This record gives sequence, structure tokens and C-alpha cells, in this order.
Amino acid sequence: MNLKINGEEIIIKKDNLTIYDILSICKVEMPEMVSVQLNGAFVERLVFASTVVSDGDEIDFLYFMGGGAE
Amino acid sequence: MINFTEEQLERYSRHILLKDVGVEGQERFMSGKVLIIGAGGLGAPAALYLAAAGVGTLGIVDGDKVELSNLQRQIIHFTEDVSIAKVVSATQKIQALNPDVKVNAIQEHVCASNIRDIIRGYDFIIDGTDNFAAKFLINDACVMEKIPFSHGGILRFTGQTMTILPDQSACYRCIFSAPPPRNAVPTCSQAGVLGVIAGMLGTIQAAEALKFLAKVGTLLTNSLLTFDALEMDFRKLVLRKQANCRVCGEHPIILELIDEEQPVCDLKNS
Repeated sequence: MNLKINGEEIIIKKDNLTIYDILSICKVEMPEMVSVQLNGAFVERLVFASTVVSDGDEIDFLYFMGGGAE
Repeated sequence: MINFTEEQLERYSRHILLKDVGVEGQERFMSGKVLIIGAGGLGAPAALYLAAAGVGTLGIVDGDKVELSNLQRQIIHFTEDVSIAKVVSATQKIQALNPDVKVNAIQEHVCASNIRDIIRGYDFIIDGTDNFAAKFLINDACVMEKIPFSHGGILRFTGQTMTILPDQSACYRCIFSAPPPRNAVPTCSQAGVLGVIAGMLGTIQAAEALKFLAKVGTLLTNSLLTFDALEMDFRKLVLRKQANCRVCGEHPIILELIDEEQPVCDLKNS
């Protein structure tokens, strides 16, 4: 399956993967740290484990960044 | 119409020469009101550049005092300023740089009960805060008051920023519906940050404020700019305003401001 993750083409030799699986494959240690955009729409955290991605999907991880002043 | 003095014509000559700014754009800067929340890593370069540009009124909000560990990146504060209020230190530098600028120094932390009064009347807000409670509060307050603002965040060698035009473009809550769990996300005070990253990001925010005031170019709306200075990789991620956003969506459920739990970033209290 071909996916575009954070703008990069990636080939994964497996099908029926969920957003949760992709996060784990991409070694995102704490899924609660990221917001996930699938083909331009945000995916609710509660359905990460039940949302299946398909060939050609574009997935973006957006990370929380809090720093600034301190 | 502002009647420029000879000194102003000289001071702002490089703006006036710019085709897309000119006398008219400079006038817009000089009648503009920008509020910077947080006189720290992001607020420091933003305040200095906006002061240099001659922005008429600069509001600076910060309840903290300057600490030695701030000086590695908060370039508006000098060694002799350690232990004085950040807003006092910032005001002194702004006035030394450009006496044309009127400074409103507000020595407070923003919270649900004061933020709407603080931001009202400004044309543009720069979020230079260091914690998620404040970032969500600024987002929600600016959406409610319909004041455009620039979100900014930095960590280690990376930064992210986006510009929000309430009602027109995606807001911070469209991307991140709620703050992350406490301590899930490392912050600058825990994970560190290369000082210059603050300068890179804060100056992007200042550029957005000036573009907004001068009404030129395309603002960083509906896109999150992220960069990783280790690879010097910049990426602009296209986003959409979310119809189900909790604050700016079609049926908002956040109708009044609340103070989120204690700031994630605050090591001193954890």
C-alpha cells in the first residue's frame, strides 16, 4: 500500500492498517501528542484504532508545540 | 493621513521604498495596534521588529520577571534586567529603539477572567506564550472577540506557526481540539530549545502582523508552517476550517472561556 505520510511517499507491505497502526509503524510513541489529518480531515482520537487507511491516502501528523515564553 | 516628520521619513525610508508598503503601508503600521502575549522567546524578537517598524501601539502582556536562563533566547532582555519585570524591561528597549511607539505594559498573566478585556481594541494578537492553557485561551478569546492572531510554538530545533482570521480560517482548536494530557508533551523548560529557533519563529509572527496591517501578501491562514532547523526543512501543511470545531464550528460548544488546568509547561510548580 502506498501512503503519503507527512508529505513523503511511503510503501507499507501490509493492508487493513488503522491510524493507530500507522502511528505505531511511524514510531510515534505517544499518540496523545499528535493530531492526525487523513486526506485533509482531522480524525478524532477516539477512532484512531477503528479508522482504516487505504492505498493512496495522505496522512499528516501535527504535533503539539508549547514553548514560547517561559 | 499621517504627516510624516523628516525624521520619520528617514527612519522608515526602507519601508517607504518598498512597492507593496510605501507611505500608505507605513501609515497603516503607525496607526496599527498589536498585542504581544508573552515577552519571552517569541515575544522578544516580535516586539523588537514591530517597534522598529513603527507600529503605533504595542501591548505587552507578561506577569513574569526576567531570569538568567531567559537570556539565551529572549533577546529583548539584557543581563542587567535579571529579576525586573519582563514588561518593564521590554518597554525600556522598545522606547529606546523607537520613541514613536506607544507601549501598553500589562504585568499580568492572561486568564479566562481578564483576557477579553486585555485583547479588545487591538488589530492583531501575537501568541508568544509557553503553555497550552494559555494557547487555547488565546485562541478561544480571539475567536469570540473576532481578533486575528498568530499562533506560535517552539521545541528543541523545531517550530510551528499559523495565522488565524476568526470566522474565515481554521483556528487552533480546529487542529487540536483540546490541550494534551498534562506532561504528555515535553516543553522548552523540560526538553530545551535552541535559542535562535525562538527568533526564527517570532520574526515570522511579526512578519504576519505587518502583512496584516499593511494588507499585503497572503497570510499563513489555513496552513500550519512547521520547520526543523536541524535539516533546515520547512513545510506548509494545508488545513481546513472544521465544521465540528468546538469553538469556531457551526455549532460551537465552547461559549465561554474557562481556565484549563495548570500550565503543562510550568516545571516550577510540578
